[in-house]
Amino acid sequence: MAAPVAQNRLVRWIDHRLPVFTFLDHELHQYPTPRNLSYWWNFGSLAGIMLVIMIFSGIFLAMHYTPHKDLAFDSVERIMRDVNFGWLMRYIHMNGASFFFIATYIHIFRGLYYGSYKEPRELLWMLGVVILILMMATAFMGYVLPWGQMSYWGATVITNLFSAIPWIGEDIVTLLWGGFTVDNPTLNRFFSLHYLLPFVIVGVVVLHLVALHQHGSNNPLGIDRKGPQDSIPFHPYYTIKDMYGLAVFLLVYAAMVFYAPNFLGDPANYEPANPLVTPPHIVPEWYFLPFYAILRAIPNKLLGVVAMFGAILILFALPWLDRSRVRSARFRPVYKWFFWLLVIDCVVLTWVGANPPEGKFILIGRIATFWYFFHFLILVPLIGVLERPLPLPTSISAAVLGKGGPKLAGAGAPMEKP
Amino acid sequence: MADTANPHASGQPTRRDFLTLTAVATGVVGAGAAVWPFIDSLNPAKDTLALSTTDVDLAPIQPGQRVTVIWRGKPVFIDHRTPEEIEKARQVDVNALPDPEPDEARVQKPEWLVVVGVCTHLGCIPLGQKTGDARGEFGGWFCPCHGSVYDTSGRIRQGPAPANLTVPQYTFTSDTTIRIG
Ligand code: HEM
Ligand code: FES
Repeated sequence: MAAPVAQNRLVRWIDHRLPVFTFLDHELHQYPTPRNLSYWWNFGSLAGIMLVIMIFSGIFLAMHYTPHKDLAFDSVERIMRDVNFGWLMRYIHMNGASFFFIATYIHIFRGLYYGSYKEPRELLWMLGVVILILMMATAFMGYVLPWGQMSYWGATVITNLFSAIPWIGEDIVTLLWGGFTVDNPTLNRFFSLHYLLPFVIVGVVVLHLVALHQHGSNNPLGIDRKGPQDSIPFHPYYTIKDMYGLAVFLLVYAAMVFYAPNFLGDPANYEPANPLVTPPHIVPEWYFLPFYAILRAIPNKLLGVVAMFGAILILFALPWLDRSRVRSARFRPVYKWFFWLLVIDCVVLTWVGANPPEGKFILIGRIATFWYFFHFLILVPLIGVLERPLPLPTSISAAVLGKGGPKLAGAGAPMEKP
Repeated sequence: MADTANPHASGQPTRRDFLTLTAVATGVVGAGAAVWPFIDSLNPAKDTLALSTTDVDLAPIQPGQRVTVIWRGKPVFIDHRTPEEIEKARQVDVNALPDPEPDEARVQKPEWLVVVGVCTHLGCIPLGQKTGDARGEFGGWFCPCHGSVYDTSGRIRQGPAPANLTVPQYTFTSDTTIRIG
């Protein structure tokens, strides 16, 4: 739309020279969006808002935090006890990491179910996987900062993963540490990177959105839009829907922050780091547990590490592993079941990761790990070829408005804002 | 919408106007409530406030001697004034001063002057605490930054500073000790 975006002369003057208002109008207001998006489409914007909350609360925490091995733990305790509302800022940040991952994981499974990674959204999907990896690195390094027992031993275990690399592994680990154990230099560089990476994430999120707006959102039917009758403007329809979802999400988040702030955390991290004593049971934060379970399922150091990283990297290849041209699992009677099996498999891996590697957990962990790779490497390509998809609706509006579609209902014209 | 047909023609506010207004107002209040803790976190923390009194033993300070103590991270000048210095501070015509204040109002015991040693111009620390320091022509303190001159009562006499050196809250906890803050 070339129409002026505003009556205000100052706005028009600026827009003529720097078209920010036209841009916003285009991408957030007019932006034609499939008319049938469900609440599963809320989680992208929720993850974006969590990123903003993390950066905001993190910058305020950093004003009180001291990245030194002798002072870090006490500075966090000072935040908890002495700084005005410090407890609130820390609990917002701590639980915010969890809710950021909740939103992101649901967002990813949404993509898996509705085939959002398929042509023409392969790069959009891959940028998403890059964001996931950056988030994991950021959260891992953030968890080291309070310098509690879990911080210290988590950092030790994770950095030691790199020692599995043949020949140069030990040197790489020394390089990561800046010393011969996790120590003050490690804490310093982790703080620097923990501050930096979220802004790198912001950059990749921008690219993710550029890729998104190129072809627009996928939708629960997984079919392309055929014309204006299949779209509605983003504002007010999806701004309102996103805001309603946000209110519900924040309600749950706030309930955690205020009533169960340490539910997801590990009490061992309220003990100061002690380089001479490892806690009896090392567990990462819940969002790393499936990957941790995969690491431990394989009784070979190098292969375990390879499998763990492979479990994430395999997502990069997914657009080409899936041979089916039908996006939405609604029309994929076989894939649909295996999707839910994968969800269960991930829950099982999380549960196994939270338990010590003994007894039945070893066997269950191995089966679940096998299934994870079997799903992506064998089942997905195979089902894509063998499955007979259900007939697809002729268009989005035909499907949402009933059999007659636009011709009969006459309601298929692009919806105007009231 | 049937019930709001052609709402603007009638000039009446509509249901939607009301909903928009209440929703925006709620959002603004909520955002304010959410931002306030972050703003307040920048204020002095409890442990910082806990450090906000300083006790000073005056007994070892000889007449004519000046010492500097730290209170809330700032220097406080304690001057054990000689009778001549007191005399000098009390002789001036108070109304002719840039910031009129009699010396009696600035001390609890005439021989003990206690002032915050921060120039009221732009925050430098005036000279005059050490022997050999320039004290300015009124025998008090001289600020090297932009040339403010203070007298033996810590009052501004010349230069760009707008006000006298601040007298902090303090009490004599005994004859020879004070608690600042
Ligand atoms: C992608 C966004 C971010 C994630 C996922 C994240 C994650 C985390 C996690 C898991 C912790 C440990 C919480 C605890 O157990 O105490 C943490 C701590 C911390 N983070 Fe972040 N963070 C993010 C962004 C930031 C930013 C932008 C800053 C700004 C400098 C920051 C500053 C800090 C500080 C100072 C701490 C230590 C204080 C504490 O432990 O509460 N974070 N972060
Ligand atoms: S700061 Fe003392 S004269 Fe300017």
